Amino acid sequence: MTPGGSSGPMKDCEYSQISTHSSSSPMESPHKKKKSVPKRKWEVFPGRNKFFCNGRIMMARQTGVFYLTLVLILVTSGLFFAFDCPYLSEKITPAIPAIGGILFFFVMGTLLRTSFSDPGVLPRATPDEAADLERQIDIANGSSSGGYRPPPRTKEVIINGQTVKLKYCFTCKIFRPPRASHCSLCDNCVERFDHHCPWVGNCVGKRNYRFFYMFILSLSFLTVFIFAFVITHVILRSQQTGFLNALKDSPARYPFTVVCFFSVWSIVGLSGFHTYLISSNQTTNEDIKGSWSNKRGKENYNPYSYGNIFTNCCAALCGPLSPSLIDRRGFIQPDTPQLAGPSNGITMYGATQSQSNMCDQDQCIQSTKFVLQAAATPLLQSEPSITSEELPLPGKTSISGPCATLTLGQPTPPSSMPNLTSDTGLTDMIPLKEEHEGHQFLTPEEAPSPPGMLPSGSPIAHSHTMHVLSLASQDSLHEDSVRGLVKLSSV
Amino acid sequence: MGAAPSTVGTSGTASQGGTVHSLQELRRSASLATKVFVQRDYSDGTTCQFQTKFPPELESRIERQLFEETVKTLNGFYAEAEKIGGSSYLEGCLACATAYFIFLCMETHYEKVLKKISKYIQDQNEKIYAPRGLLLTDPLERGMRVVSSGQQDAGG
Repeated sequence: MTPGGSSGPMKDCEYSQISTHSSSSPMESPHKKKKSVPKRKWEVFPGRNKFFCNGRIMMARQTGVFYLTLVLILVTSGLFFAFDCPYLSEKITPAIPAIGGILFFFVMGTLLRTSFSDPGVLPRATPDEAADLERQIDIANGSSSGGYRPPPRTKEVIINGQTVKLKYCFTCKIFRPPRASHCSLCDNCVERFDHHCPWVGNCVGKRNYRFFYMFILSLSFLTVFIFAFVITHVILRSQQTGFLNALKDSPARYPFTVVCFFSVWSIVGLSGFHTYLISSNQTTNEDIKGSWSNKRGKENYNPYSYGNIFTNCCAALCGPLSPSLIDRRGFIQPDTPQLAGPSNGITMYGATQSQSNMCDQDQCIQSTKFVLQAAATPLLQSEPSITSEELPLPGKTSISGPCATLTLGQPTPPSSMPNLTSDTGLTDMIPLKEEHEGHQFLTPEEAPSPPGMLPSGSPIAHSHTMHVLSLASQDSLHEDSVRGLVKLSSV
Repeated sequence: MGAAPSTVGTSGTASQGGTVHSLQELRRSASLATKVFVQRDYSDGTTCQFQTKFPPELESRIERQLFEETVKTLNGFYAEAEKIGGSSYLEGCLACATAYFIFLCMETHYEKVLKKISKYIQDQNEKIYAPRGLLLTDPLERGMRVVSSGQQDAGG
């Protein structure tokens, strides 16, 4: 595409070349754009988490209380260092601000580590996995499940002689490992789920429990330290100048001292509680539910405990740190095929819908439309005029956003059809977005075309602007019509 | 790290033996394959172990012993990664003493073993599984839930 002059015919050739490029550019450029900016996995993470620093930092959605925690710690420590430390380092020893400083840095380090790290989120099942599990469950149950949501599925496992029930998570479509739990605030299954802590703005689970414990332990030392030395300061001053004069010195910080006093009790109490939990190798979740309490029965004991307190503590605090399973910063592989030909029953479930809020209603409408279209396709075989009316529908929805385009192509599997919040396929769906370019050329050939549904050439006859979208949506219509028929038959 | 389902590539490059490129092609085409999942074995607690029971779908594809040996070796690797002993305590205490900043520069023992595991899986794929039209995927890619073996029905 060289600019500039050349001979007329050459120019015409160039122009014609350019025109073909430009005519195909609506098709290629969005895809090129998509391909040139590959998405990282955190951008399409299905849980309710917030990510910062391009996926390095992961927090819960509600972070207001976390900022409050930060402010309280910073201001209280700041006032201590500003007003008490000069006097105390002179009067007693300069080690006081030094120790205070070390404690402060340790508290901040562990707090940030707890808040920003992945607590041990379990990635949701891929559609293949979910389908395989469903198959196994159906085989185990023997009969077809009645109703939309079959009775809760459980699997029993014997761990160290104790029977443990593994529950099936409908959101994540997995059997939760032992000690894992689904956090409703973050909408994730978390391994060794302890609790969701609003003060740190994150769940506390397997991967950040030790940081959390170190945080509350060091914070309790810090608050006791600050409180003790503020009292010492006041006492020493009142010996010099009298009690009231000592108090008048810097009255603004006494509200924080009061805060410090109350927080000492709660934080020290919490530290003590978690020390007990660690020594008995339990989670807060298990303790609250009384999973391993003797009250449930004499035979009930904690199968995860190592038997002695020391080993339990060491295992919890100094054991190996497992890596994050959700690979936040990894790139979504555009070549990971998620949507196989419709002939493969398993991979048909590969198309799942994104959980974009704004698309839910659209999905509802579109799914209904597709079912109707699918049912009506034999009638439309020889009526190009109708196809032109149909096309605006996909076009319309695709205008509303990329996810809508995808929803066209990605009907949910029948088992989760009524539940529009099936998010398992999010990570799988995005590769579809990026491989639309290849996809739209493959599917007309691969997909068994429903009887003369939409002649593939017809969209080209329509406006160029809708060229790309309509082709993509047409393929999705193809597939959806097939699936729609399948759904109709299965219902 | 769940064992990612191993997808079996159906391309003809399988016979060439494992270059990374051919394995990538196998992975791509493996999405079309049927997959066999080997689930976790929780009888030992929360440690990462996979069931060594031989899946019936692989009956005709691979010798039982080879597959079971692969899974047993994987289990051994994971046990080594999660072992609680002197070295892990040392690592934990050192990390705690540095307020966990040391993890910014150092790789944990677990991560080192994970690298060994992915190398082992690649090795197994090249030598044993790809010639049989199977592909093992790394459990890490699947949330440490399953070891999947994909096989493609159609040839080539």
